[in-house]
Formats: sequence, C-alpha cells, structure tokens
Amino acid sequence: MTAVDEVKIGGMGASRRRVEDARFVRGRGNYVDDIKLPGMLHMEVLRSPLAHATITSIDTSKAWEIPGVRLVLTGEMMAQRNLAWMPTLSYDTQAVLATDKVRFQGQEVCVVIADDPYIAKDGCEAIVVDYEPLPPVVNPLQSRAADAPIIRDDKEGQTDNTCYRWEVGDRAATDRAFATADVVSKLKLHYPRSHPSPIECCGAVADYNPATQKLSVFMTTQAPHIIRAAFALVTELPEHMIRIISPDIGGGFGNKVPVYPGYVAATLASILLGKPVKWIEDKTGNLISTGFGRDMYLDGEMALRSDGKILAVRMHADTDQGAFFSDAQPSKFKIGLMHSAFACYDVGAGHITAQGHYTNKAPGGVAYRCSFRVTEAMFFQERMMQAAAVDLGMDQAEFRRRNLLHDDAFPARTPFGFLVDSGQYGKCLQIGLDAIGYDQFKIDQAEARTRGRRLGIGISTMTEPLGAGNSREYDILGIKMFDSAELRVHMTGKAILRVGAKSQGQGHETTWGQIVAHELGIPAADVIVEEGDTDTAPFGMGTYASRSTPVAGAAIAMVSRKIRAKARKLAAHLLEVSEEDVEWELGRFYVRGAPERGATIQECAMAAYSNMPDGMEPGLENNAYYDPPNLTWPFACYIATVEVDPATGVWDVLRVVAVDDCGVRINPMIVEGQIMGGLTEAYAAASMQFQTYDADGNIVGSNYMDYLLPTAWETPGFELHEVVTPCPHHPLGAKGVGECATVGGPAAFVNAVHDALSDTGVRNIDMPLLPDRVWQAVQDGQDVSGMPPVRSDA
Amino acid sequence: MSYGQSSVVREVGVDERRITVTVNGEKRVVEVEPRLLLAHLLREGLALTGTHLGCDTTSCGACTVLVDGTPVKSCTMLAVQADGHEITTVEGLGTPSELDPVQEGFSREHALQCGFCTPGMMLTSHALLESNPDPSEEEVRWAISGNLCRCTGYQNIVKAVLWAAEKKSGGVS
Amino acid sequence: MYPSRFRYEAPRSLDEARALLTRFGDEAKILAGGQSLVPLLKLRFAAPELLVDINNIPGLDHHREDADGTLRIGALCRHVSLERSALLPGRHPLMASAAPLIADPIVRNRGTLVGSLCHSDPQGDWASVLLALGGSIVALGPSGRRTIPASEFSLGPFQNALLPGEIAIEAVVPAAQGHVSGSYLKLERRVGDFATAGVAVALEMSGDTVTRAGIALTGVGPSNIAATAAEQALTGRALTTDTIDEAAELAAAAAQPRSDHRGSAAYKRHVVATFVRRGLQRQEVGAAA
Repeated sequence: MTAVDEVKIGGMGASRRRVEDARFVRGRGNYVDDIKLPGMLHMEVLRSPLAHATITSIDTSKAWEIPGVRLVLTGEMMAQRNLAWMPTLSYDTQAVLATDKVRFQGQEVCVVIADDPYIAKDGCEAIVVDYEPLPPVVNPLQSRAADAPIIRDDKEGQTDNTCYRWEVGDRAATDRAFATADVVSKLKLHYPRSHPSPIECCGAVADYNPATQKLSVFMTTQAPHIIRAAFALVTELPEHMIRIISPDIGGGFGNKVPVYPGYVAATLASILLGKPVKWIEDKTGNLISTGFGRDMYLDGEMALRSDGKILAVRMHADTDQGAFFSDAQPSKFKIGLMHSAFACYDVGAGHITAQGHYTNKAPGGVAYRCSFRVTEAMFFQERMMQAAAVDLGMDQAEFRRRNLLHDDAFPARTPFGFLVDSGQYGKCLQIGLDAIGYDQFKIDQAEARTRGRRLGIGISTMTEPLGAGNSREYDILGIKMFDSAELRVHMTGKAILRVGAKSQGQGHETTWGQIVAHELGIPAADVIVEEGDTDTAPFGMGTYASRSTPVAGAAIAMVSRKIRAKARKLAAHLLEVSEEDVEWELGRFYVRGAPERGATIQECAMAAYSNMPDGMEPGLENNAYYDPPNLTWPFACYIATVEVDPATGVWDVLRVVAVDDCGVRINPMIVEGQIMGGLTEAYAAASMQFQTYDADGNIVGSNYMDYLLPTAWETPGFELHEVVTPCPHHPLGAKGVGECATVGGPAAFVNAVHDALSDTGVRNIDMPLLPDRVWQAVQDGQDVSGMPPVRSDA
Repeated sequence: MSYGQSSVVREVGVDERRITVTVNGEKRVVEVEPRLLLAHLLREGLALTGTHLGCDTTSCGACTVLVDGTPVKSCTMLAVQADGHEITTVEGLGTPSELDPVQEGFSREHALQCGFCTPGMMLTSHALLESNPDPSEEEVRWAISGNLCRCTGYQNIVKAVLWAAEKKSGGVS
Repeated sequence: MYPSRFRYEAPRSLDEARALLTRFGDEAKILAGGQSLVPLLKLRFAAPELLVDINNIPGLDHHREDADGTLRIGALCRHVSLERSALLPGRHPLMASAAPLIADPIVRNRGTLVGSLCHSDPQGDWASVLLALGGSIVALGPSGRRTIPASEFSLGPFQNALLPGEIAIEAVVPAAQGHVSGSYLKLERRVGDFATAGVAVALEMSGDTVTRAGIALTGVGPSNIAATAAEQALTGRALTTDTIDEAAELAAAAAQPRSDHRGSAAYKRHVVATFVRRGLQRQEVGAAA
C-alpha cells in the first residue's frame, strides 16, 4: 500500500476533463432561461429612447387592456414601495424605474408582466411616455463644461457632473524626479467603452411565495451572496428569507456582478402577484443598459534617463461613468486598482490623479475581465513603454529588460503602495522573444519594408494584482473580500464541497475537486462541487477579478487541511498509535517506521461515522474562510506580429505568442483555455469591439451587428508558453490567471500596428484600430484620437 | 401552443395553426401562433432547452439547429415554417449512452467553457462533417464563422472538430 | 426578440400568392429566406398584417442557364446553393466570388439572392453584383410578368420598385460574351458584417480589349451604385495602368459615402478606388494568363 498517484486521481497538475461538459455537450445545462416554474409570468422592460429627458407623463392604460397582461409597473409605483432607486456597489444610487427623468438611452422606464413575453412586449409597445428632451452630455469634456446640465440633480449637494476625485502616489517626489529627467516622454490616449457581452444576457426568475414569505431568485449573478445582502437592504425582507440561486451562467466577464433594475422589478412583481416572474433581457437591453467596461481618457508622462532608466511616471485619468456610478469595485479605490500601473517595472516615483464624470450614457465601469480598471492601467503602461522606447531610440525589448524588476528585487513595494511578491520577469520576456524569433523578425521586417510591406511586432509585459482582498484594504459595500469553502466527507469517502465563488465557465466543478484530491488524496471524481445557492453555499464574495483560485481556491486547500487534521486523529485511533506517530502521504496515513500499517483517507472517513474515538465529535466536515495576506501577482509577456496593408488600413495578425506565469497550475488545460479566451477578447478590443454615442446620446453598438465580437475566422492562432513562479503566500502556490490576457493582450496588438507604422510619425491611434483609422493615420502622418465616429471628443 | 403553455390547457382567442414537425426523430403535432419563433417552440413548447438564444439580430448562432440536416438559426425561422420538416437539436445529437464524436471532441479538447454557444457550435460542426468528412483547419474556421463564442478563442473548438473528423473516419478510438 | 402579431399564409402556388398579395396590397410582406425580414419582425421595426411565406411554392429554388447562356436565379435559391454551385465558377466568376461573402455561413443556408435584392439594403452585396452584370429582376403581378432592370430596381434604402401585389420571382443575368472575368471585393470588419465598402467588377473582353465593363459599389450611397463613367472609361480599351487608374478614380467619384462608425467618407471613397484598382488588376492578370 503506497500513496495514491496524484495525476491518476485528478489532482493538481492534471489536465482533467471537465465535469461540467457532461451536461453542456448534451444541452442539459441549466441556465436561468431554462428555469420554468408553475404559473410563471414573463416580464419585459420598456426603455427610454432618449438620452436625457424629463418624463412629463406615462400612460399605461392601453397596456392594461391587452389580454394576458397581468401587471404594469412604473417608477411611481416603485417609489410607493421605496424601490424607485437602489444603491450601487460604489455607494451611489441608481434608478430602478425612472421617476423624474431619464438619464441615458435605454434606461428602464416601465415593466410589463404578462402570460408570455410576446404579450409583455405588446404591452410595452402600448405604453405612451411623453418626454421633454434635455441636452445630452456624452463625454467628460461636455460633462465638465461650465454650462453643462447637472445630470444627477436627484442628488442633494451635487452641483456639477463630477462623480469622484482620487489621487495616489507621491506628487513631490515625482516632480523632483521629472526635474532631473534627460527625456520626458508623453502619451495621451482613450481606452474605448467596451461591453463584456457574455453570449447569455442577464435574467432572473423571481419567486416570492406568499405562504412561506420566502423569496427565491434564480439569477445570472457572479456574486450571489453580495446580491442577497443588497436585496436584504433594498427590499427590507429579512436576509434568511432571501435565497439567491445562480444556476449555470453563460459567461459573465464582470457584466453579471452588479444589481440591475430588472432583477429588482421582477422581484417586486413576484411579491405583488404572488407568482414567479421571469425576466430575460434581450441583447440590446444587455448592451445598452448593463455594466460596460473602460471608457477612460488617460494622459501621462514618463521621466527617463538617457540610458533608458525610468525615473518616474505621472498620469491623470478621466473616467466616463455614465449616469450612475455603478462600478463594482473595492470601496476604497474609486478607480479600481488603476494604481497597479507600472508594478512590474522599477519606476522610482509616481503620482496618479483621477476624476470620474457623470454623462448621459449607460452606467457601469465594471471590472470587464479584469481586476478593477487594471486593463486600462496596463494598456497605458505598455503603450507608454513603447512610446518611451521610441523617444529614446531604444529597442522596445531592451527598454523593458532594463526596467523590469529583477528576480532578486522581491518583495518590492511599488510607488503606489502595492507589494509585488514574486516573479521571473526577465525569463518570461526572453522566452517570448525566442518563441517569436524577435531578432529574425526585425531583419525580416526591415527587408519587407524595402518592398513596401509593413510588418510590425508588439510586446506587452505586465504583472497584474489578482485575487482581492486582503480584508484590511478590500471590501465591497463594507463586506470584506474573503472567500469560503465547506467540505463534507461522507462515510464512504465521497465528498461534497460547497464554495462561495461562482463559476461562469471557469470550470470550478472540475478544478475545485482537484484541490481536494491534492490535499486529501480523495479522487477528484469522488467530490461533487456546489456553488451559487446562498441557502447552501458558505458566504463568499463571488467570482470576478480572477479571484476564485487565489481566494476560494485557497479556502478549499485550508478546509481540506482541517479535514486532514481530524482524519489524522481518526487514523491514530484506527492504527492504535499516538497522533504524533502518524505520517501522511497522499491519500493515506501510516505509522512512522512501519509504512505497511496504514489507514486510507476513506477508512478514516468511515471511522468518523462508525468508529470514532471516545470523546470525538462524529462526522468529517468543516469550513474555512480565507483572507489572503496579499494579492497574487501573475506575470505575462504577450507578443504579436502583424502586417498592415497601408492602402486600406487593414491589418492581419501573423502570430501571437503568450508566456504566462500564473504560478502553480491546478488544471493546465483549463488555464490554457482561459488564456486563449482572454487573448481573443484582447484582439477584439484592439481590432473591432467598442461602443460609442453620437452627439444626441444614441448608442452605437447596441446589438451584435454593430457591437462586433470576432469569429473563428478572424481570431488568430495562439502559441502558449509558461513559466512557474509559485505564489509565496497562496497555500497551493497558485495565482490568478483568467484575465491576464485580456488585460495585457491589447497592447501587444496595438504596439505591433504602431511598430509597423514607425516611420510615419504616427504615435498613437486609439482603439479600436479599425482600418479607416489606421489608413487615416498613415495618410496624414498624424495620430487618430477619440472614439469613432466622434473623432475629437476629448 | 402558445408560448410555453401546453396545448391541453390554453386560453382561447389567439390565431393558431396546427403543424407537424419531426424533432430529434419524434413526430410532434402542435398548434402555434404564427409569430412564434422556432427557437421558442423548441425551448418552451417542447422543453428542449439546449437550444439557446444569445442575440436579437441573427448574429450569434447560439440557437442553431439542423432543419432537414442544414444548420439554421432557429431565432430567424418561424415555428410554422417548420411544418413538415425535420429538426435536430443538441438533444438529438448522440444517444443517451453514446456521444456523437463532435460532442466527445468538444469535451476532450476543452472546446467549451460556459457552454452557452456550445449546442449551436456543435450542430454546425456536425453538419460540416456530414458534408465534408475531412476538413482543413481553415474550412472548420470558415464553417463555424456564423457562431460566436466568447470564452474559448475558438482554437480548441477547431481542434475538437478535427478530432471528431478523425474519430468518425476511424482514425482514433 | 418577440414579433408583433401577424397573419400568416403559405400558398402552394404563385397564383395563390398573387391572389393574397392583391388582396392585402401594402399590408403584406413576402417571406422567403427571412434572414432580413425576421430580424426586423423580432425588433418590431416591421409589423406587416400578413406574411406570405413562399417557401412551399415549387419551382423557385433553381439557378440555371438557358440555352443562350442567360443565368436565372429563382426566388428560393439560397446563397449556399450559389456558394456551392458547380455552374458559377468559370462561367460567372463575379457571382462565384460574391456568394461566400454574403452574411455568415448559417445565414447563407437560408437567405436568398432575390430576397436580398428586394430588401434593398444599400449595404446588400448582391445588388452590386447584379448591377455590374447588367442583370434584372422578373416580377409577377396582377397584370402579369415584367422585367425590371437591376439599375431601376432599388429606389433607395429599403425601397424597391415592386408595385403592390407584385412578387419578384427570378433574377436574371444576361449571357456574357468573350472572355469573362470578375470579382467582388468587400471590406468588412468581421465575417458577417455589412460592407464598409464593396466593389463588384465584371469584365467581358475580346483579346486585349474590354468589350463590356460592369462596376458597382456597395455601402457608399443610398442604394448600390453603378459606376457608369468608370465602366465607359474601360469599354473599348485595354486594361493598362492608366485605364485602370482612370476607372478607379471615376468609380470613387461616383461613390456617395457618408461618414459613420465604419469609416469616414474619404476613407470609403479611397477604398472604392483601391478595390476597383485591385479588382481590375486581378482581371488583368487573368486576361494575360
């Protein structure tokens, strides 16, 4: 009898096939829209066609006359129950249904509940709303103007359109460093508004049972426990009578963190009608009203010594928040973890200022596949690095190499206060350069240029802070950002694991079992994983910002270790030796000095229910709440090569190399899947994916004909490489990974295109690099800034 | 059948017509309102919820089903138009005991994450292999370019389809 | 996502269809492939009283050549049939090159060429192809059949020349003479996107001389645009750098683009010139071969 083979039992490092797939490939997933309850009614939302307008009247009488319409709710009716407004996750308020005025196109004005959604839609069409138009504000420049209308006139004391101001770093030290600089490099850019756009839209089935007074809500949420807390605050129902169930989710990417008006309205409708009410958003509703990402204007500069050493960085960010400040982010940080910019480099000093602006646009600023605004931070960082290398006349790889933190620099405190704890940055960069054939490419590029072909290579290197908290610094609505796991081992050694995180495609049901297998030697297949039901799962903060493995994953390791500690006592009892004489190997305890005398973890489990020592509490279950001591700091190097057709501005990706160091990989197959998905969203952001608004506040990008996601045809192939630097504080040595490629990837593509244009004088083309913008830049030899079609909006 | 209601108990007053449609090999006679989309008939009327709806504009392909063997976006076909036709949904791929090679390939190659686009993607892939048993990577990418996936980046989907092609040809066991 | 109520009829013959159209006039819409109409219904941008589904009418799904080489495409001929056609490559190179660029593969399984023409979306691709080939549309109405030249068929965005009660049953492409070449160039941001700009080029040549040139533009005006001046500039001449440049500039001048999120007017005009040049250069190579 020896230890079990960890790979065979699907432990750490096994590319275990996913448990989830068995149902998904058979069409037997259980998404919110698949849920059907007896007597269920259907809700549709009537949205504002205008960006900014006073509501003068709402006439719902024709809607009530339609057979099958059961309820029409207006803002006024919500207000009677104190539900016209709700708190956001950033200490602002957001209208559930508009009462006074509408503040963005697509804002929720009324809902209709009917026997089926076709009839509910008929009902929406029959409602007559009169609007008195107000001047729309569609960007921070307009928002700041002295004569700008006050968008949030509902807020007491709000005298302008400023949403927040924030500052971090050392202004004086930064000024001093700039004063000694040989070269000051400047860059100004816009990261366009983008939507996470999971293929599945948001939705809910609210089921209030008048007999038990219990409210159950099936909901597309990445964070069911936060939602329960928010619902308890908003609806004034007792928290134990609220059950939020997040079933299978068709992708989240940060879009499914906030509380949306549809959830609240469906819930009130169910309470009023005493029947289940289903609300499934359409794609337009999802794209024009739910949490977007980015929409940030960045202006910064870098102080440099002529030998290429960075002395300091300075930047200012203006964020366009839309009508309500509804970022889902830690409450202390008004612009998320923007200040993680330049964390992988030794930059000396730094200072960041930021200002948020209300506009007549959809609310949001959610962490779209990123750890709270780090995507904008890293994009600016890597664009700035390229611009600085160009200004210095230095090779971009060499410039990075000179400034990356060295392996012996850890732990390193950044100028903005983060503690970066581990990495092998130089090694990652070198693997990437070797993989892409950097030196040869440079030769080929020069040769191609002589024949009129424009090739380019772009590098992006970055470390990203993933896995919030710790609880000292990180909370949402005051709730500390820890996470949790609860493990119950049954008598035959099979187990159920319940976790406070919530998968939206990350494969938790697969990887979580692998952690238990790694810690206890119980085959992963013997562990069933449950998440998303607040009545059964332990309290957790949910899944976003790549925090599942860093926080919940750690909690699973910790609870497994608690189980192992009790199993050790049981083993000692079974082996009739003292606990000190019991040794552990995977799956089995044995007597020190007599390895053939042992008890498997399964035998210990049986004993916990059938043969426990006197005085021991029966059973084998426990829970763990994990408060991480620090964020995890994965590192990545992304390199892309492109060819630009100067006649049309069309650019094609030639190759993409990704080197990710996310620490120890629990399931390499799933990790690689995450990286490739992230790279695809990075390519999307660089090439085609954006939302904008015209001067009247009409959104462009309200459906998949204008909001473009890349298909299999455009999406490049990816070449993946890895480096493993274990996280020094995570119990498994793992780091977050799900978002690295979305965060770090865009700059690789964008830098590559700029590299291809290096002789044209073009310093910056704002994303997306649509062909017309690239062509325009080449044509004029000038930068192209702002968002299409508004070409000079800030 | 009105949306989601059984044809046994329903309220009167709506213009409905009787259609006969063979779904996953089973003949079904249902009454539908003309405006009912095929996707809704499948999901609500016939409780085949594996067919997903991901957009309003015939763009995403999540709702793709096979109509007489050809991939069609079921959100862009009326249920009445299915009268007399054969529909295959994801529930009709493979058998309870044995997966279709495409289903097996998707799982084996990690070609799905959230699973929402997966049924449509698999049906398109299945139809591709019926007409082209040995596609190149480029042909696979072209064939599935009417189906959007937000999670995977497609590379593993392509691998899955190529795996299924090989499996079907007896190349892998 | 949920259409308004409408009445639905699925006639079994053109006569039945015609009778329904006569009765309902403007209130009726014909449903063929449905890949443009059904999305409009779902978004409630269209709410006809009656849908006349012609999918059950036999004899409309063909594409074939008459003895004299005239190509006929029936109202139920799907894009995919043209994409996979054995007839088109070689004999109808422009059609063969355009077919795979229509929408996306799943939409092509159901959508129809004639339906696309009737939809008269200025960003539709087929209308440019038909214009470049000098094609026409056969309509059947209360007073019988008439043939409408492609150049007169679209009256503006989403407006066609069909009269109330008329149904388009066929698109016709006249037989080409001499050496035939052609291609469709489309700038799209992504597969399935509408054209930022598209150019259809069709040439008939006798030796080195262009005997007929067809050039038409997509997405750069209120309708697809026949670049007649460019066509005339090529006719009777050889394809040289000079004549190609001249045609490219004339085609660009014929474009009436508007700036939008797909690109500026100047850019679209430039793409038209670039694509006409590329399209003709391709034929030049083809002709030399």
